[in-house]
Amino acid sequence: MKNDTSHINALENEAIYIFREVAAQFEKPVLLFSGGKDSITLVRLAQKAFWPAKIPFPLMHIDTGHNFPETIEFRDRLVEELGLELIVRKVQDSIDEGKVKEESGRYSSRNALQTTTLLDAIEEFKFDACIGGARRDEEKARAKERIFSVRDDFGQWDEKNQRPELFDMLNGQIELGQNVRVFPISNWTELDVWSYIAAEEIEIPSIYFAHMRKIFLRDGLIWSHSDYVYQEEDEEVLERMVRFRTVGDMSCTAAVFSEATDIASVVQEIRDSTISERGARIDDKRSEAAMEKRKQQGYF
Amino acid sequence: MSSTGFELLTIIEKMDVLKIATAGSVDDGKSTLIGRLLYDTKSLTTDKLEAIEKTSKQKGYDYLDFSLATDGLVAEREQGITIDVAHIYFSTAKKSYIIADTPGHVEYTRNMVTGASTSQVAIILIDARKGVIEQTNRHFFINNLLRIKDVVVAINKMDLVDFSEEKYNAIKSDFEELMGKRDYQEQKITFIPVSALKGDNVVNKSQNMPWYSGETLLDHLEEVERKDIYNVGTPRFPVQFVIRPKTEEHHDFRGFAGKVYGGELNVGDEVVALPSLTRSKIKDIYFYDKKFQTASRRSSVTITLEDEINLSRGDMLVKAGDLPAIEKQFTATISWMDSQKLSPGNKYIVQHGVNKVLAKVDNIHHKINPDYSGIDTEVDGLGMNDIAQVRFKLNKPIFFDKFKDHRTNGSFILIDTQSNNTVGAGFIN
Repeated sequence: MKNDTSHINALENEAIYIFREVAAQFEKPVLLFSGGKDSITLVRLAQKAFWPAKIPFPLMHIDTGHNFPETIEFRDRLVEELGLELIVRKVQDSIDEGKVKEESGRYSSRNALQTTTLLDAIEEFKFDACIGGARRDEEKARAKERIFSVRDDFGQWDEKNQRPELFDMLNGQIELGQNVRVFPISNWTELDVWSYIAAEEIEIPSIYFAHMRKIFLRDGLIWSHSDYVYQEEDEEVLERMVRFRTVGDMSCTAAVFSEATDIASVVQEIRDSTISERGARIDDKRSEAAMEKRKQQGYF
Repeated sequence: MSSTGFELLTIIEKMDVLKIATAGSVDDGKSTLIGRLLYDTKSLTTDKLEAIEKTSKQKGYDYLDFSLATDGLVAEREQGITIDVAHIYFSTAKKSYIIADTPGHVEYTRNMVTGASTSQVAIILIDARKGVIEQTNRHFFINNLLRIKDVVVAINKMDLVDFSEEKYNAIKSDFEELMGKRDYQEQKITFIPVSALKGDNVVNKSQNMPWYSGETLLDHLEEVERKDIYNVGTPRFPVQFVIRPKTEEHHDFRGFAGKVYGGELNVGDEVVALPSLTRSKIKDIYFYDKKFQTASRRSSVTITLEDEINLSRGDMLVKAGDLPAIEKQFTATISWMDSQKLSPGNKYIVQHGVNKVLAKVDNIHHKINPDYSGIDTEVDGLGMNDIAQVRFKLNKPIFFDKFKDHRTNGSFILIDTQSNNTVGAGFIN
């Protein structure tokens, strides 16, 4: 075999290129880290982009307080192993300061409240580029998102006035106060991410693999039984083998029944699956335009 | 190895991505064609399919409205039109596809140029009832200008012309007349008669057109090979970022990070650094922590040199004896994308790859009608969607090739110094 780099796939080359553009074009970038598989993939790609130097920006976790404990343990271990700086900003603090109001009732979630905490943190640290793991295949409004997406002083996305992106040239010029959201794995699909995690043998939190969990069923979705999740008295608690396809906070992430306990069977399951990934995101079920509305307001 | 493990390896090795641009006028059925591709390749997931069935029923259609699979934004659903470039993903056992769905109206030139710039294949849609219209000329002109190597002309709505072979042949010969006028003659053109609504010749071979013996649209896309879609040129390596870890273990490491364009670079190659014209040799090629003998085209690598020379972002490494033009002025074909006019004397930032310089519009030679009419107009400014020959002067030299010789090193974008927006694209003559 010829000792060349042609086997490296186009998506990985593209993501590394984007990371290097961020480091070169911005003064204060930050990687938004949720502990989910997409942000873990971003960390691996960033490692590759800058080796043998360390990743030249910190990670930031916007913590809803309603996390899966497995995700937090994982986050702390990863940060320590790679010697990275981790910033945590808590939604609870925004609630305590009276900036946002906790939702109540059956579908209450802190997912939407994250936006305020995120925008405050961007202002506090004067971040000019926030790197996120969003992918265009996830959802219809995201399919129109640019790789470098400019946000105004209020963190808002103006989907009708986006910069055209030609060839692989990325225009990161902004005014003071604006920031850019950067999506290095824009062009990856869910299957691409899982295949990459498998090929690279990247460690991910255990909740992505099938495990026994206390759950209850509502609206055809599988909810975690937890103090953080509102549950009616007549909603029966069951114990079943499940795993998670995406990891948001506990109040907005539904599980799927699964027997896939290792990465190969997870990849196989994703291939065969007929329900799109966001079908299990309760936050998108609210309305057809749920994601677009949240994005305009400055969501990830 | 378990069967699952084996399957997994083939998936990982696949990861071959083909990007496709689509062009069609309003109502040519572009969204329907894309929806049909997704549906027949079983790429529409159950929840999306249910949403389409539900909405189609609500609207009282007796068929499935696949355009709903792609029209994402609220405004689009309200008006039933596509207003921006959307990216759609699907895959087969052979490869992954990304379709850039670009709209066919108001800002069509801007969006089409953008979509085509990142694509390797283009699909031009023609309504079989209308045939080649002025819009078709424009779509073809732009795909030819952008030097897309592989173009499919899909003659759609064949069901509405009784799957007529005569009709198909008439449209084909009209289009072939256009082909004689194109600048980039090597462009490969394939004609396919389809009905996106009924599913003829999109993924499945049509039973209604026995006279057509050619391939279906998907068959064609599956057979496009990676080697066929990029023009081979000379290697160019623009320095994106300098990696200096300054750790004990890598104390003297000074790596130049970037993407290789046009050709490959090898360890031991004699290279010249631009603009300093200093010579050195490639010492090592890294991808992450592994060393390679060869950096292939389009790979994001880190290169170290035998000699300690000063290089920073925007500089370029090229092979000795293979220098690009090093100039402070050039003429380029400009596709203008902003509502504010481009006028002589205006200043913009030229972003050429990762390099940025200040540029002044020296002269607008003439505006080109992008429809093969051959009518060039003298103008004193360019408006949105205009295409023209423009001469620029720069505040310092850049290192470029002609666009026809090097798609990457011959293109640039224009950035407005006030708004910071990307206001135009340029292809150096």
